[in-house]
Amino acid sequence: MSLASNIFNTSLGRKYLMALSGAGLFGFVVVHMLGNLTIFAGPAAINQYAAKLHSLGPLLWIARLSLLGMVGIHIWAAIKLSSENKRARKFQYEGTIEPVDSHRKSEIVSRYAARTMIYSGLIIAAFAFYHLAHYTWKVPQINGLNNIDFETFYVHDVNAGEKQIAYTTALPEGVGKEGENAVDVYRMVTSGFGVWWISIFYIISVGLLCIHLSHGLSAMFQSIGIKSKASQKLINRFALTAALLLFAGYVSVPISVLFGFL
Amino acid sequence: MAIKKKKTPTKAKTVKTNSRTSKVILDSKIPAGPIADKWDKHRFNLKLVNPANKRKYEVIVVGSGLAGASAAASLAELGYKVKCFCYQDSPRRAHSIAAQGGINAAKNYQNDGDSAYRLFYDTVKGGDYRSRESNVYRLAQVSVDIIDQCAAQGVPFAREYGGLLANRSFGGAQVSRTFYARGQTGQQLLLGAYSALNRQISLGNVEMHTRSEMLDVVMIDGHAKGIVVRNMISGEISRHAAHSVVLATGGYGNVFFLSTNAMGCNVTASYRAYKRGACFANPCFTQIHPTCIPVSGDHQSKLTLMSESLRNDGRVWVPKDKKTAEKIRKGELSPNDISDKDRDYFLERKYPSFGNLVPRDVASRNAKEVCDEGRSVVSSGLGVYLDFADSIKRMGENTVRERYGNLFDMYEKITGTNAYQNPMTIYPAVHYTMGGLWVDYNLMSNLPGLFAIGEANFSDHGANRLGASALMQGLADGYFVLPYTIGQYLAENGISDRPSIDDSAFSVVQDEVESRIETLLSIKGDRTPTSFHRELGQIMWDKCGMARNKEGLEEALLTIPKLRKEFWQNLSVPGKNTALNQSLEHAGRVADFLEFGELMCRDALQREESCGGHFREEHQTPEGEAKRNDDDFSYVSAWEHKGENKKPQLHKENLVYDEVKMTQRSYK
Amino acid sequence: MNLKLKVWRQDNAEDDGRFEYFEALDISPDMSFLEMLDVVNEGIISDGDEAIAFDSDCREGICGTCSMVINGVPHGGQKGTTACQLHMRHFNDGDTIVIEPWRATAFPVHRDLIVDRSSFDRIQRSGGFISVRTGSVPDANATPVAKENSDLAMDAAQCIGCGACVAACKNASAMLFVAAKVSHLSLMPQGQPERNRRALAMVNQMDEEGFGNCSVNGSCEAVCPKEISLDFIARMNREYGRALLKKGCS
Repeated sequence: MSLASNIFNTSLGRKYLMALSGAGLFGFVVVHMLGNLTIFAGPAAINQYAAKLHSLGPLLWIARLSLLGMVGIHIWAAIKLSSENKRARKFQYEGTIEPVDSHRKSEIVSRYAARTMIYSGLIIAAFAFYHLAHYTWKVPQINGLNNIDFETFYVHDVNAGEKQIAYTTALPEGVGKEGENAVDVYRMVTSGFGVWWISIFYIISVGLLCIHLSHGLSAMFQSIGIKSKASQKLINRFALTAALLLFAGYVSVPISVLFGFL
Repeated sequence: MAIKKKKTPTKAKTVKTNSRTSKVILDSKIPAGPIADKWDKHRFNLKLVNPANKRKYEVIVVGSGLAGASAAASLAELGYKVKCFCYQDSPRRAHSIAAQGGINAAKNYQNDGDSAYRLFYDTVKGGDYRSRESNVYRLAQVSVDIIDQCAAQGVPFAREYGGLLANRSFGGAQVSRTFYARGQTGQQLLLGAYSALNRQISLGNVEMHTRSEMLDVVMIDGHAKGIVVRNMISGEISRHAAHSVVLATGGYGNVFFLSTNAMGCNVTASYRAYKRGACFANPCFTQIHPTCIPVSGDHQSKLTLMSESLRNDGRVWVPKDKKTAEKIRKGELSPNDISDKDRDYFLERKYPSFGNLVPRDVASRNAKEVCDEGRSVVSSGLGVYLDFADSIKRMGENTVRERYGNLFDMYEKITGTNAYQNPMTIYPAVHYTMGGLWVDYNLMSNLPGLFAIGEANFSDHGANRLGASALMQGLADGYFVLPYTIGQYLAENGISDRPSIDDSAFSVVQDEVESRIETLLSIKGDRTPTSFHRELGQIMWDKCGMARNKEGLEEALLTIPKLRKEFWQNLSVPGKNTALNQSLEHAGRVADFLEFGELMCRDALQREESCGGHFREEHQTPEGEAKRNDDDFSYVSAWEHKGENKKPQLHKENLVYDEVKMTQRSYK
Repeated sequence: MNLKLKVWRQDNAEDDGRFEYFEALDISPDMSFLEMLDVVNEGIISDGDEAIAFDSDCREGICGTCSMVINGVPHGGQKGTTACQLHMRHFNDGDTIVIEPWRATAFPVHRDLIVDRSSFDRIQRSGGFISVRTGSVPDANATPVAKENSDLAMDAAQCIGCGACVAACKNASAMLFVAAKVSHLSLMPQGQPERNRRALAMVNQMDEEGFGNCSVNGSCEAVCPKEISLDFIARMNREYGRALLKKGCS
């Protein structure tokens, strides 16, 4: 069998795909959060950052496509593996008083996370789709704001004149065009998260993502075979810490918006 | 060779369907010449099978323990077509797996003066001069190859930091020649043999039949040419024909009901062969292991052995005084309340130079003796202390834990007692059976074509087996002896000497097997197979156990047939044959034990001496030690079945000792 | 003490199966769990009914034959203990005990509590060996093995092949078993020549048998009577990756 067919057709191969695509997506999640955090440096910072990203052109598309590929592989492998798992064990035990892995009570998050990976994963996927529709495709019907379309949020990208400060001054409504003008991400975020239920949904989803990661980040090391009893503590701590930091980082934005800090 | 039909397919009245009427002659076929050259010369003289023809020969191997698996794998490697059968669900589970201590080999890796000759000498002496010199010498010779073989298979033997193999001294040997893999030597060696077997199965050279119980052997023209087998899942009875049949079916310790054997171990295969004409040798030679966990009640289903190594640091004692012992039994006193001067360290007292390390039979008998005196320390009246308090004081608890931690844990698991704080209680239990089917130097029984290897034969251990020698013998037979010697028989008889399973002899045997099963199912009495087994075991233990006497044995020879009669009238086996039916399996095995027990007692009765594991109370020195009678009993007793309800006939193979000087063992 | 038993009964592989209830009376705390079942069975047989079929052989925790899920936990949940070594002192008077067979598609039920574990044998057969012919081997000390490796190999080799890992796993994954086997042989110098072949072959066979995948929950390790570590699963993953790169590309 060739390398590719082994990777795609065997259980361990698929676990590798799962781990590697997961690692890639984790990288994206980290970078995305760092990008988000620029919002605390003021509107100019985040808008400028967004403009920089957009200016990358083909590179941006390569990144987007590989992200999409990783998501696809991650989800495909997850569904494949979990349907195999369902088939491998059709019966549950009647006599179960407590789960067999209750010895891991001390790591309650990770144990819970481990048992629910497929569910947290699917919910995150659904959220990601919504999130894209919300901020990337800017579908006005789902942003929870009457008659406001993010498609109209643009800013001046050069300093020209007294009152006009680059990346913070909005272009008049109806002026500006995707790809030509800088997008007013700051305004999008603040008005977007101003809708309380969207923020709540976001916080819950990010919470799930971090629960997913608290197990995934440590299982990843197991799947590619670099975990051991000796390094396990460190790896688990890394996974949990990373998940918590991500949670804090991501959630800080909607919270700040809701409480009026932004 | 044409297959002669000599049987009408009616139901046979006796089991001796096809065996010839000619007289049994026990020809041991020991090669001439100096002992060190016998095996080499013999191998040279053995006929070889043309390599191109090997795949046309079929061999049946029954049993997949160390002997069976190693034989099946090695035969298949040579090119023979092998069919292997086991009653377990996987060949890896045979009871060889339970051996803890280790395996002997005369490697002399420790440079302490070991040699094949020394191992040979120790084994003959340890066997109390009732084994065949030539076989034992060969065993010692090939022992070194076994270690090489197993190491190459990846058996994770204990190692020193330099990466070389570690050894320990075991069972009172004066040299360190025991190789071990933690407390699991048996399992690791079996996994090695199992992996070799697996390789041959995957190559298509071995056809493996698991959960298959051999119920009879098929004789054609006086030669063993096949077996009849019951599939334990479906109940289907099938016939299997081959050029030769190898029995590697283990020992018969379960005749005592309680033993350290696995639940499924049984005598059926050997006993069926015996009833077809194979001689059964030395059935009364059974080994009692001194360090087992005592019986806790009537529910007990088997006994658990703890490694003999415990006696290296534990001290065996009972109270000096009967009254104190009684108080302990009632729970009024705890062992730690007894001061040193009120304790009787009876092994140290009686055997000052060997102390707690006397051979198994001596240690066992002495434990029985003090319990018979009423000085037992467990409520059943059968148990003595094995105390580590002094060792813990001397070496510290941690060192004791390092050496014996797993055994202490196991002890606590079973008894609920912490042996770091309280002494262990131990009592002897049946462990190994030295007797077995009579075989010649080629490991072939007196029935041509029928071979017996491992614990199933009688050949190497005489009246007592040394520690760490069972694994050695099983693997020696399977890897290095049988694969050569079987060729002689096959070459002599030719490729055409394999019957078809349609031969009438097969139908006759199958009919017999089926009607026997029918009978077991149709009795519909009140008693379970287990209850008969337990009762038989009690008789055997009382009358034919650690110490035997004429009166008791004669009594047993009366009570066993009575019990057997009741068995065939009052047995209850629910269910049917055409499905998995464990009661039926057990009933069939108990039926054979009920006949076999009688044979054991008969053998014990005729052997008017004490030797090794066989202790006749009438034959002891004034100090209570075993007294051998070399003038009259230096022979192998081989019993020939003469028909139902007829006395078996005793044949004697005289044992000649050219190399080893016969002495009385002394461990004082 | 007196106990109630709720026991899975199934006549054969095709049967749907059902629970039946039994009383276990006058049970001594010194009995092993299987001896308790023996006592119940003696009663059942005396009544002319068919005994509860269950597997056991050595009854000293080493052969790996016994296989039952007791109150939802394979082997009953005492650390490092097989069902045959589990003793009744861990139960209380009046308890109801639920006894079920191993549950896994790759372990079909033969009858009652007896399952077919031949899938394990087939995995072993696919490559769980070192190809040496009897006799054609070097002296045992010609191949030194670092004590650390040998000890670690022994940790893995302790596996008794009972299948509790599969029974405990929510995915019925055989990873711990296969990992123990692959690790044992790959840690020994003797196992090097076939190292990559072995890992690929055994994993492929494992997949073919219909076992599930590892979700790193650790249930297997928790119930393993020989306390085999999850580390070996990581080791096998590593072995497999290595084998993929070396062999899979060719």
